[in-house]
Amino acid sequence: MQFTDAKLLPDASSCSLDSERTLYPYVTGTSVVAFKYRDGILMAADMGGSYGSTLRYKTVERIKPIGQHSLLGASGEISDFQEILRYLDELILYDNMWDDGNSLGPKEVHNYLTRVMYNRRNKFNPLWNSLVLGGVKNGQKYLGMVSMIGVNFEDNHVATGFGNHLARPILRDEWNENLSFEDGVKLLEKCMRVLLYRDRSAVNKLQIAKITEEGATIFPPYSLKTFWGFEAYKNPTIGAEGSW
Amino acid sequence: MEPNLNEPHSMGTTIIGVTYNGGVVLGADSRTSTGMYIANRASDKITQLTDNVYICRSGSAADSQIVSDYVRYFLHQHTVQLGQPATVKVAANLVRLISYNNKNMLQTGLIVGGWDKYEGGKIYGIPLGGTLIEQPFAIGGSGSSYLYGFFDQAWREGMTKDEAEQLVVKAVSLAIARDGASGGVVRTVIINSEGVTRNFYPGDTLPLWHEELPPQNSLLDILSAPSPEPMST
Repeated sequence: MQFTDAKLLPDASSCSLDSERTLYPYVTGTSVVAFKYRDGILMAADMGGSYGSTLRYKTVERIKPIGQHSLLGASGEISDFQEILRYLDELILYDNMWDDGNSLGPKEVHNYLTRVMYNRRNKFNPLWNSLVLGGVKNGQKYLGMVSMIGVNFEDNHVATGFGNHLARPILRDEWNENLSFEDGVKLLEKCMRVLLYRDRSAVNKLQIAKITEEGATIFPPYSLKTFWGFEAYKNPTIGAEGSW
Repeated sequence: MEPNLNEPHSMGTTIIGVTYNGGVVLGADSRTSTGMYIANRASDKITQLTDNVYICRSGSAADSQIVSDYVRYFLHQHTVQLGQPATVKVAANLVRLISYNNKNMLQTGLIVGGWDKYEGGKIYGIPLGGTLIEQPFAIGGSGSSYLYGFFDQAWREGMTKDEAEQLVVKAVSLAIARDGASGGVVRTVIINSEGVTRNFYPGDTLPLWHEELPPQNSLLDILSAPSPEPMST
């Protein structure tokens, strides 16, 4: 019968399909910066969770250890990051249940994340995050990134969000393979300070994390001093009243 | 302006959850609006999930009610299976599960607060999107915009029960003064090891803020009052 066959074809704007896509993020984290150093990987992120333009949450941990060999830092939607942590928890649990003496290294975790992010992107329902995955296994240092559309790569230094524009030029100039822990921390702090000056969604409370063959350490939160004492800042419009 | 009575019921709202030395205090205003019309001026936005866990609801009234109903249902089954009261953490995680997995369809910001014997008083904020975040205090709803600065200054760790409740009442009352979408009475719920206490603060018990005048019965009372003493020079 003709009438029973005349079903309405679902189009992209009908409720069922539209509700299956993430349209925009709500609570977001800003830049993550990371690089390889002499003993492993150093990573830093501030503890801010912004809600639009409001700096709503100031104690969000955006760097977490994964298994024994990796650190994951994330920017973007925090609820999606929390979900990714749950997926990884399950992954590590199943890996441990094999009880075969092997453990997932950073390269494997990075690959898993890439597959997850890319497949969600293909379904037009991305996890709205930029992920930084760093780790050390059997003496091999590994540092990679995955974006929300599944673009992934490895490099000696990476950054997400504003960090791409503000931190990476500094790292290109000043990074080298044999940075000590102290020099590495100073370099990270230099990057994070610039981000604090110039990124509106940055919050002055950051966490630095390191991962070496021995394991992962996430240091306690702290704040950076800032400098405002330039002569030019004290009276910027003295020669031109009304300007800024 | 014709009131549009077909707009969805939205609780503009101010909701607050605060931990103190021994438990939590939850607070909320009582206004539910459909567009510009106040559909309910005495709503109860602090809803029970279990004997020891309550939830403050903001945003879409329908969405927040249905999420609370589902969580109450699941928590009840969980309590039966577990054989003891559910923890605040479990309740909060259930709320997160529903909020996160239906993020495209829901528009509700929630604050879960309660007391359990393992961790004492805890507050969890679950904003739009389904992020779960444990905090010493949480604020939400449209009225919360006016309270960020207030809490930054007034919040302290380790308050007593009375200090915490007074802080909550003061904060909701300040938000009501400035947020058109919040109003009515201030309701509080205090949860600790001893149990749950509900309190009700109508407008006339709240302090007066800037440019607010003491309420009168009528102009006639003012006119018939004795004229004030002249000032001395």
